[in-house]
Amino acid sequence: MDEINHGRRFTIIWAVCTIIAVPLVIWVLGPNLGYGEASNAGEDQATTLTVLAAIATPFLLLVGLYLVYAAMFFRQPRGQMLEGPAVRDDAKVQISWIVVTSITVLILAVYGSVALIQNYGDGTGSGASPLNRPSHVGLRVQVIGQQWTWTYRWPEYGGVETPGIEIPVNTMIEFNVTSLDVIHSWTVKELGIKADANPQVNNIAFAEPNRLLSFEYRCTELCGIWHGAMYGFGRVVTRPQFEEWIHKMQIKYRPAEKYLPPFALTYQPKFGSHRAGFEEES
Amino acid sequence: MGKRITWTTVLLVIVCALVALYINSYTSAWPKVITVTNVPATRTANLELQTVGAVGEKLDQKNPDWVSYLVRSHGEWVHTTIWQVPAHTLIHVTIYQYDSESGLRNPYLGQVQGTIGGVMTLNGKVVNQINPDSAAHSFAIPSMGVFVPLEGVNEEEAEKKHDFCEEAPCELSQAHNTISFSFRTGAPGHYRWQCFVPCGAGYTFGNGGPMSTLGYMGGFLYVV
Repeated sequence: MDEINHGRRFTIIWAVCTIIAVPLVIWVLGPNLGYGEASNAGEDQATTLTVLAAIATPFLLLVGLYLVYAAMFFRQPRGQMLEGPAVRDDAKVQISWIVVTSITVLILAVYGSVALIQNYGDGTGSGASPLNRPSHVGLRVQVIGQQWTWTYRWPEYGGVETPGIEIPVNTMIEFNVTSLDVIHSWTVKELGIKADANPQVNNIAFAEPNRLLSFEYRCTELCGIWHGAMYGFGRVVTRPQFEEWIHKMQIKYRPAEKYLPPFALTYQPKFGSHRAGFEEES
Repeated sequence: MGKRITWTTVLLVIVCALVALYINSYTSAWPKVITVTNVPATRTANLELQTVGAVGEKLDQKNPDWVSYLVRSHGEWVHTTIWQVPAHTLIHVTIYQYDSESGLRNPYLGQVQGTIGGVMTLNGKVVNQINPDSAAHSFAIPSMGVFVPLEGVNEEEAEKKHDFCEEAPCELSQAHNTISFSFRTGAPGHYRWQCFVPCGAGYTFGNGGPMSTLGYMGGFLYVV
């Protein structure tokens, strides 16, 4: 008969590993998860992901360690073909497992959902009617995906369209993301933004950059042959620098203005034998 | 049992070999690279292109009815879209545009951008913009900020005069627009270029077929 109390021994191993692993997840893995923290959305995502990872760690260890433990101590002795011990159910263990994991999953779901709602979608595309809109939007910019580049329109600056983007720091920005053809996805890791660009859909994301920096935007929805080249670089600048830049853009792209449709939240691509442009959606 | 294993192994090897062959044929279908004329003393190079409504069987037996760019090399029109140009050099581009108008999807791209002076010459006239609806194609190197719209030929008029080029290579005597502009290359690298007019007729959003196959309406500028 096996006299070792496997239950107690495994519990001690699991508890020790958990006590070591959880702080490592919070203070070592968390800050290195690779999410940007250059906006309120990015910061909140990093915190949320760290909390979720820390809560999930004991469960991951429980399952992983038990697998290793069982393989080490409950294996078939070499050269013998023995009948294993009878499998018996244990209502206490089953109920505990179901209750504890269900409560944990619910906590994770509630925590994640509250974070999303509280922080105006946390940088994700929230559709045309976000549940929670910030009252202090300082700037709107339309992000237009098209095979295979991004352009930007600025409704507060006469609807000028630009090939690049600069945004002011400490300003709540409303990104109106749309597409002129297939589905794209506008992603800025540094600012914690990811919003799908769907044709004829206005997908809104909010973010408030909290520091001056250069950021990379790229398409994260496989959209055709040049998908991999659909990226560029933008900048978070001071408000005066932004004003200077946008005025330069207004002058530079004035010739294109007379052919642009009025600014609209989405556009109706025109298809036909000889006209393939886009117009304001009616 | 042993026979079954042998046959399964043989079949597996054959399937793997076929898959490998398919992948190899797909990845090795790469257009050839054409080095454009370089004038070292002045650090300039000339790139001569032609845009056509149908590449024609003479140059492409696989997709003769696809729109395409052609490049002139040693006096001959060659069907490839990978062009090698020198770094930190002024590139003079001349495009003979033979296709009819179909329109830019984004009218903003009707403005000339990223060229020297932000302009191009269209049939000898300096312009910085065309009506986006009259564009047949465009030439753009997004990472260099170069966007040049190419005015389409009036097909009806050209057909009345019987000089509309139906398939490449087209002759200068046929109806065309001549567009020229210059831009400066930067550091060495591979820069992709593409047309922004959805001219892949018959394909999703006009951006399939020749727009989504290397060698027709997109390619690379090898800056060396």
